[in-house]
Amino acid sequence: MNIYVILKQTFDTEEKVAILEGDISEDGVKFIINPYDEYAVEEALRLKEQHGGKVIVISVGPNRTAEALKTALAMGVDEAVLISDNQISVDEFSISKILAAYLDKQSYDLILGGNFSIDNGGGQVAIRLSQLLNVPHVASITKIDVTEDDHAVVQRDSEGDIETLIVTLPALFTAQQGLNEPRYPTLPGIMKAKKKPFHQLTLDDLGLSMTEIRAKTERHSLFLPPKRKAGQILQGELTEQASKLVHLLQDADGMII
Amino acid sequence: MSKSYVIIAEVRDGKLRQVTLEALESVRIAKEDDDLISVIVLGHQISPIVEQLSQYVSGQIHVIDHVDLETYNSEIYFTVIKGLLDNLNPHAVFLGHSASGRDLAPMIAAYLNAGQISDVIAIEKANAEVIYTRPLYAGKAFEQKKFTDGPQVVTIRPNNITAANADTASSQAEIITIYYSPPPSLRSIVKDVIRKTSGKVDLTEAKIVVSGGRGVKNSDGFKPLQELAEVLNGAVGASRAACDAGYCDYALQIGQTGKVVTPEIYIACGISGAIQHVAGMSQSRIIIAINKDPEAPIFKIADYGIVGDLFIVVPLLTEEFKKALAYTNNP
Repeated sequence: MNIYVILKQTFDTEEKVAILEGDISEDGVKFIINPYDEYAVEEALRLKEQHGGKVIVISVGPNRTAEALKTALAMGVDEAVLISDNQISVDEFSISKILAAYLDKQSYDLILGGNFSIDNGGGQVAIRLSQLLNVPHVASITKIDVTEDDHAVVQRDSEGDIETLIVTLPALFTAQQGLNEPRYPTLPGIMKAKKKPFHQLTLDDLGLSMTEIRAKTERHSLFLPPKRKAGQILQGELTEQASKLVHLLQDADGMII
Repeated sequence: MSKSYVIIAEVRDGKLRQVTLEALESVRIAKEDDDLISVIVLGHQISPIVEQLSQYVSGQIHVIDHVDLETYNSEIYFTVIKGLLDNLNPHAVFLGHSASGRDLAPMIAAYLNAGQISDVIAIEKANAEVIYTRPLYAGKAFEQKKFTDGPQVVTIRPNNITAANADTASSQAEIITIYYSPPPSLRSIVKDVIRKTSGKVDLTEAKIVVSGGRGVKNSDGFKPLQELAEVLNGAVGASRAACDAGYCDYALQIGQTGKVVTPEIYIACGISGAIQHVAGMSQSRIIIAINKDPEAPIFKIADYGIVGDLFIVVPLLTEEFKKALAYTNNP
């Protein structure tokens, strides 16, 4: 079974965000595999352990993304593909076109990705990709079993409801929390990763022109939210505090309770 | 030439979702006077919803009512919508940033070769240009975006844009019933749905959220929080620590991983206030923190703080709110 995992490198969730010269500052920032994509990597490895085959991670991003791909290789992934190009000014439309141009020429049974990226949070690329490749998809899965007859039985989290679906492969799925607990890379894994195939490609290699992938949206401005100020710590017996709080909400904040 | 705006309405538990009216208001802001609005609504036995929509829409309402559409299936829904879009030739398609909207929008965008701006929290028009505001890093930063090329797909985050008012005076909805024809073959079938949220207030649409962290200690520890949420007609949420510890379902998680909520009142119980959690709730109007530890970082962003054991404080609050509600309803 051939499994492709689409992956993005993001800020660590504990990072604060600062703006420098009109852009998000990357100074001193710790980067990680987007947590939802990490679930996808883990699930791909588990499916390979059960059914055999090969797991390949693929990313479109700046050169620093290589580090995230190497982490995936150290977790046990077989090959990595990084599509990097300095001239790319892209949005989700462009990224999905680039991934589709690459994957269209590959043979695969499964494509896995994250439910959304924790930085941009658009939640578009994976589902756009499934349409461009004309394969079915299920978003936000919490369980997957691949059957003998090339079907997948998956559970999907739909705002708290649980849907069970049967899907014909090849298909694309996006991972939701609860799917699994990703493994850590081991030392032997890290050593082995150094010898695994790592393909670095440009748009030219894919035969794509800038016109085909030109972004359909652009950023107009960027700003940080106003800082919240600490309010008041209530005093007195807890019973009094509870009563005071309800009155404050009604009187000072005009809440209708 | 007038342009065509399409809104994909959303039905859940037999009701029209509030975010559809918020999407409608968004279109009213974005569109020019002579542009056309069409609403597409899919479901089963939805005539009351069509009736309700007709009070809001000056334009066409395309209705597809069939038992196959009772439960959301992306393939079936998308096939039906695609057929309609071919005729409507949309300049822009608006959806809610809900489970089904998040699923359908990128399919529609890919089909139309369109740009998409997701999870929009504000819309304004400046010099005939429409500017969309959306969060980055779950709200640690915000960006304003615009389209450089059409067509356009937009998803609206629930609870942020004022819902459209009924338009009864000028409303001239034209209701068009569409015959449902199933897709020739299906590659994905919904076999089973377990409704865990039926009748409950949706977390992202709740006006009041009562949220628990590591301090709730175990799954039973959520009970007092549920009671408080019920009294306030709110929803229960959780921090990553509580979800990772297995006290509750990941569906409840609020934060940079998980959901972002923007309720009127956010009550954080036994939550320390890690950066990753705060990203998911700091845009709430009023934040109340209850924590035993007076040094907990959550107090630095809370409007009101109570230092104390949540198992004592939360039931006390429930009683106080009950009293206040009894008075409001029967002064």
